[in-house]
Amino acid sequence: MRNKKSSILSGFINAPYFFWAAAFIIIPLIVVLFYAFTDGHGHFTVQNMASLKDYGNVILRSLWYSVIATVITLVVAYPFAYTVCRLRPLSRKLCNMFVTLPMWINLLIKTYCLTSLMEQNGLINQALTAVGFGRLSLLNNTGAVIFGMVYNYLPYMILPIYNAMSKIDPSLLEAAEDLGCNSFRRIRRVVMPLTAPGVISGIIMVFVPSVSTFYISAKMGGTGNFMIGDLIESQIHNQNSNLPSAAALSTVLMALILVSMLILNRFSDSEEGGGALI
Amino acid sequence: MKTLGKVFMGIVYAVLYAPLIVMVVFSFNAARSTTHFSGFSLRWYSELLGDFDMRDVLANTLFISVCAAVVATVLGVIAAYGIFRIRSKRLRNAVNTVTNIPLTNPDIITGVSLMMLFTFFGSLLFHRSEILGFWTLLIAHVTFDTPYVILNVLPRLYGSDPTLYEAAMDLGCTRTKAFWKIIFPGIVPGIVSGFIMAFTLSLDDFIISYYTNGHYNILATKLYTAVKKPVSPEYYALYSLIFLTIMILMTVVNVIQFRAERKKDGGRPTGQKGFAK
Repeated sequence: MRNKKSSILSGFINAPYFFWAAAFIIIPLIVVLFYAFTDGHGHFTVQNMASLKDYGNVILRSLWYSVIATVITLVVAYPFAYTVCRLRPLSRKLCNMFVTLPMWINLLIKTYCLTSLMEQNGLINQALTAVGFGRLSLLNNTGAVIFGMVYNYLPYMILPIYNAMSKIDPSLLEAAEDLGCNSFRRIRRVVMPLTAPGVISGIIMVFVPSVSTFYISAKMGGTGNFMIGDLIESQIHNQNSNLPSAAALSTVLMALILVSMLILNRFSDSEEGGGALI
Repeated sequence: MKTLGKVFMGIVYAVLYAPLIVMVVFSFNAARSTTHFSGFSLRWYSELLGDFDMRDVLANTLFISVCAAVVATVLGVIAAYGIFRIRSKRLRNAVNTVTNIPLTNPDIITGVSLMMLFTFFGSLLFHRSEILGFWTLLIAHVTFDTPYVILNVLPRLYGSDPTLYEAAMDLGCTRTKAFWKIIFPGIVPGIVSGFIMAFTLSLDDFIISYYTNGHYNILATKLYTAVKKPVSPEYYALYSLIFLTIMILMTVVNVIQFRAERKKDGGRPTGQKGFAK
């Protein structure tokens, strides 16, 4: 009796959220698939997906750029977090705060300022000409796009790694030292395995926004460096918007991310409940 | 090794802050340029104050963020309590997986999928092609805010002591009364942090709003039209003010936290010692 009542009650309490999640999380994804696989009259077609082969290079480029950007952020963030962890508590807190602070400023304005620093008549080139060095063309190339992504997403890699690192029990390191590990082996055998979950979530937090980036690539890379995000944006916001094509591109993007998540999950042995985890 | 680490840190911070420093410096520029500094002036700040269009957009931004945060908090608390009460492990995992979708999906997918949902059902049900506006933006914001509220509240629920709840029931409380007297006070901190998180995420969001706002402009979408062209230093002024506000807020919060931790630790500085000496 009591059990029955409670199950009815919990059914009621779940109703609003179940409705919301179905209507605004699950059904939108189905609508995307619907647009991707139908023509203008609602008939099934693979035409939209097939026409994506023209964008093959853009899709590969997005994947390639975001992998490089993720690797660079990891290479910068790991020693950075390690250095912060070795500071005194107050300095650690301050350092952490100054990593978090830029995350609160809109990405668009940060990227704009970064571009104005690096452009042909920007401050960096002004300084270079002032000391008698020629101008460098820093923008409109691959490096600029990747740098833009690294710049914007670096804090998202530093914070999870730092969090994992600061939780390491110092006595473990003392034990490793007592057992004859030098500092290199302590990092390799103790710190790195214990920070692996942080690294994994850092990779996800950088890779996902990188692969779906827009604006950064268009602004810093010029027309030759468009990425999937730019394509989706132009398909939707151009004069004659092409929703089926945007839907097909979104489907590809989701598939890319799903596959990368599955690959990453194979590396992390700390499976937590509930499929897609962060 | 230690100095090397500090130099490295210095470089990273310099790169991280260079564009922000440029922003603050050029917000005081007398001319319109964002690359040549021609003299100190408060021109852009006074222009910002007199910009009624910007004032409307800021009001819109605050309004949508407050509305979205309130709705998301109510929905999220109900959802978290519902998930907490689910007995079936399979159902709970399914719900958690769905809750994670907006967190793991890139913003552009969330935005595009919602936009397509709205246009699809807008033309199907209301025969209107222009359905995007305040309400669709609100729905979109609530959708991406709610999972964060759930994530803040759920751990508190799992941390609550079930025997207290049972004791309250044994002593004659109804379910509702036991919830409000026993469970609710325990999850208040989670609700507060969930609300704050939802509010700030809504304030900061650009991509999802960009696809779902229609003609209802908020700061980020207005900024996006601005940064496609040479931007007015007025935006630099506005974001410098935002930057300053956040810096002050964060400093205050950090100082309070640090003091509280030190007090708890009995006068000694907190945390473990720097782990690798």
